Amino acid sequence: MQILELTCRQLRDKIAGGEVKSVDATTAVFEQIEKHDRQIGAYISTFKEQALAKAKQVDEKIAAKKPVGLLAGVPIAIKDNMCTTFGATTCASKILENFHSPYNATAVEKLLAADAVIVGKTNLDEFAMGSSTENSGLKKTVNPHDFSRVPGGSSGGAAAAVAAKMCFAALSSDTGGSIRQPASFCGIAGLKPTYGRVSRYGLVAYGSSLDQIGPLAKNVEDCALLLDVIAGHDEKDSTSVDEKTAPVRDWLSAVNNKPQNLKIAIVPELFKGADGEVVESVKKAIEIYKSSGAEIIEIKMPHFDYAIAAYYLIATAEASSNLARYDGVHYGHRTKNPADYIEVYSKSRDEALGDEVKRRIMLGTYALSSGYYDAYYLKALKVRNLIRSDFTAAFAKADCIVMPTSPTTAFKLGEKTNDPLQMYLADIYTIAVNLAGVPGISIPCGFDKNNLPIGLQIIAPAFAEEKLLQIAMLFENKTDFCKTAF
Amino acid sequence: MSELDYKIIVGLEIHVQLATRTKMFCGCELVFAAEPNSRVCPVCLGLPGALPVMNRQAVEFAILTASALNCKIAEFTKWDRKSYYYPDLPKNYQISQYDLPVGENGFIEIPIAEGQTKKIRILRVHLEEDAGKNLHGENFSQVDLNRAGTPLMEIVTQPDMNSPQEVSTLAVELQRIVRFLGASEADMQKGHMRFEPNVNVVIKKDGSEFKTPITEIKNLNSFKALEKGTAFEVKRQLNEFLDSGEVAKSGNKKTFGWDDTRGVTVLQREKEEAHDYRYFPDPDLVPVVVNEKWLADIKSGLCELPLAMQKRFTADYSLGDYDAGVLTADKDTALFFDNAVKAGGDAKRICNFITQTGLKIANEKGCRVSELGISPQRLAELAKLLDAGTVSATAAAAIFEKMTQSDEMPQQIAESLNLIQKSDADELKKIVDDVITANQQAVEDAKCDGKKTKKAYGFLMGQVMQKTKGTANPQIVAKIMDERLKSI
Ligand SMILES: [Zn+2]
Repeated sequence: MQILELTCRQLRDKIAGGEVKSVDATTAVFEQIEKHDRQIGAYISTFKEQALAKAKQVDEKIAAKKPVGLLAGVPIAIKDNMCTTFGATTCASKILENFHSPYNATAVEKLLAADAVIVGKTNLDEFAMGSSTENSGLKKTVNPHDFSRVPGGSSGGAAAAVAAKMCFAALSSDTGGSIRQPASFCGIAGLKPTYGRVSRYGLVAYGSSLDQIGPLAKNVEDCALLLDVIAGHDEKDSTSVDEKTAPVRDWLSAVNNKPQNLKIAIVPELFKGADGEVVESVKKAIEIYKSSGAEIIEIKMPHFDYAIAAYYLIATAEASSNLARYDGVHYGHRTKNPADYIEVYSKSRDEALGDEVKRRIMLGTYALSSGYYDAYYLKALKVRNLIRSDFTAAFAKADCIVMPTSPTTAFKLGEKTNDPLQMYLADIYTIAVNLAGVPGISIPCGFDKNNLPIGLQIIAPAFAEEKLLQIAMLFENKTDFCKTAF
Repeated sequence: MSELDYKIIVGLEIHVQLATRTKMFCGCELVFAAEPNSRVCPVCLGLPGALPVMNRQAVEFAILTASALNCKIAEFTKWDRKSYYYPDLPKNYQISQYDLPVGENGFIEIPIAEGQTKKIRILRVHLEEDAGKNLHGENFSQVDLNRAGTPLMEIVTQPDMNSPQEVSTLAVELQRIVRFLGASEADMQKGHMRFEPNVNVVIKKDGSEFKTPITEIKNLNSFKALEKGTAFEVKRQLNEFLDSGEVAKSGNKKTFGWDDTRGVTVLQREKEEAHDYRYFPDPDLVPVVVNEKWLADIKSGLCELPLAMQKRFTADYSLGDYDAGVLTADKDTALFFDNAVKAGGDAKRICNFITQTGLKIANEKGCRVSELGISPQRLAELAKLLDAGTVSATAAAAIFEKMTQSDEMPQQIAESLNLIQKSDADELKKIVDDVITANQQAVEDAKCDGKKTKKAYGFLMGQVMQKTKGTANPQIVAKIMDERLKSI
């Protein structure tokens, strides 16, 4: 048995059954990291000693027949924009390179409480702003399937770590596709839960009304397992939904139930923007659903085209305010020898923030400025409402909407870095989901001629994660596209 | 300047610190003068990833105050971010309320002369979080964030005040109101109330009206500074108008600070900066819906307001405005007074007990009159003893003091201290006769009309009081004394 080939669920069960030691799984993960991460560059920091100590502790608990958590002994990675009291919390930015958080994010606390073994913290586009992880201020991450290509973004490090078997799953975040698009590029599963399903407390904010924490994992079942662990109301996050409105379920148990009378909506117009091979794979996936009894309905999403424009106003407006605190005054990078206190701000920020972050701060600042607010920010909010109604109308007719996760497979490093607008278009299918606040999942549905993974996106109504996971599972059970690298 | 015909125009912004246990958006307790940066957490430090959670009590205090100020209460309100960079503002934005304040369009009534009041319109009441404090050293600055996140209620009036006295009267009245409501301790020493008046003057000259440029005065932390600062600014503006003739126009609003030691306003900003705070709704907080039930719950905390109570005390209890004002400076004292009167004590006497003996002892002990251990009923009993002539005014004060240490009724205390007044005419006649017999010279002096009369009369009365150890009823003694002297 190859430990690294196991899924979270399998590993957990084997550890619980005494068949595998968490220490051995953890050791295997660190051997894999030592072997491959110099080239892949998925991790910003790793915690070998701490991880092995935790693994040992879990093994001892199990040997002593003491109760353990849902992820007991399973090595998990965390995207480096979630606060942890161990290691730094960098957001892949020079401005927070040496920032140590005095507290853990709620989702991290929940992982720890579930007895997960934390492997390390993974690379991302600086402050999660980007679609290729090339905007990281700290290091480069490549796609494990092809080292000349990007892993996607912003959670490129997390997706690469899972795909390269350098962890069994990762906790990640998605503001405009940051979980789903890298999942698609790396051939794994990635779930963005409904906005409010998982506490954002301790997730370093990019676009607060869009950010949501979710899992990146080898398959759908593992996404369900991780959601079981991290979901739920948190009194520290006013925007997390109360459990009366959105009860936390045992998604892992429910995931294998076959959805009945399944109606799937597709938006034919949207296929125009994607590469031929991507469209072909997605259409094949739809055929598989059809053959398993699902009814396919064609719908229109008239406001989908405006999603990117609306997103880049709302997300950047919020970001311009959220990132104002990184000023060199209270913590983080501070310029040397400022002439006055204004220079503490301007030089610290100029020296330590990357181009894309600056671009988005400026765009957002502009959108919120007096005289422009109504024309940009307010109008974007109106578009957001129209997009929400598009989804509401769609879900009145169907259980879910299916479309590509990304218009392309993983592109070459450097291919789009000089053309931000082209880069923004990489998120064309994922962004509307965040604007509407609904859940979406990306699962592997094929390969292109270069043998690069293609992702299928399934979108469901708010808080319908159970149905969403079941629909995804239905496909996964009939296919074999999940593929880790080497 | 006396040749100028002018009218003063003042509007006021007041920041009031609310009496919540914890900060506006986190669980840090509010403690005055704590060790710098000891009352902080990830939320009020603005650390990455931290999120605010609304303090419901603060919202309730603001709605309660806005209700007392006759405002229209918002059914739906929200939180907005106000962006500006300053070291004492850890997030570089302040969570405030922009276009949907808790309350709008109310008014406050202030006393302006004996029995007269004036209505000042309230523009809005909103909530926001306070910033920290910058402390400046010789070649460095430090930031103390203990105050960051403290709940502040900002009250903005219309420019309806027309004298520096009206401005400070409004401030005092507001202090009484928030204290009555329990919404704020309103302790000036602790900076619980801060004022920013907007001042200008309308001058009539040569048949036209001229408005001087509006000035905002910052950093006023006491009623005295508020009144003096406003008065100074009026004078300064009149002089400046005579000098330069500058009138108000868009963009020439000036900002002045108040130098308390020199007693002058100091120019801070010549021109109003084109501040763009880039307000937008805070996505970390959910909007606040004030439904009927919640509003009713909050409004059940409304009570009779100080000015209404003051008016009732003057009308129903025939007190003067001054006494009624002293009694209603504090809610507990006012209620204590009211209950003692309702328990049968004479209003004037109860008032005197409280304002003379009571407040003195209370001040010494650092507590309120109502906390001295005397119930309103016992105080009413004491007033009745004084009314009936059972004890003298002096004795009553002594009994009051004793009552703060004992649960006994005033009658018992009077008896045990031997302070019951002798009102028995026969007994007193005998004592008066003894005094007259023993002091012939004084009797002579008292009888003739001259300088010595008053002194001699006082001496004779004093002898009687001495013989009775102060328990003789002075009115009855005087009557007997007068009769005896006449008949000699
Ligand atoms: Zn705090």
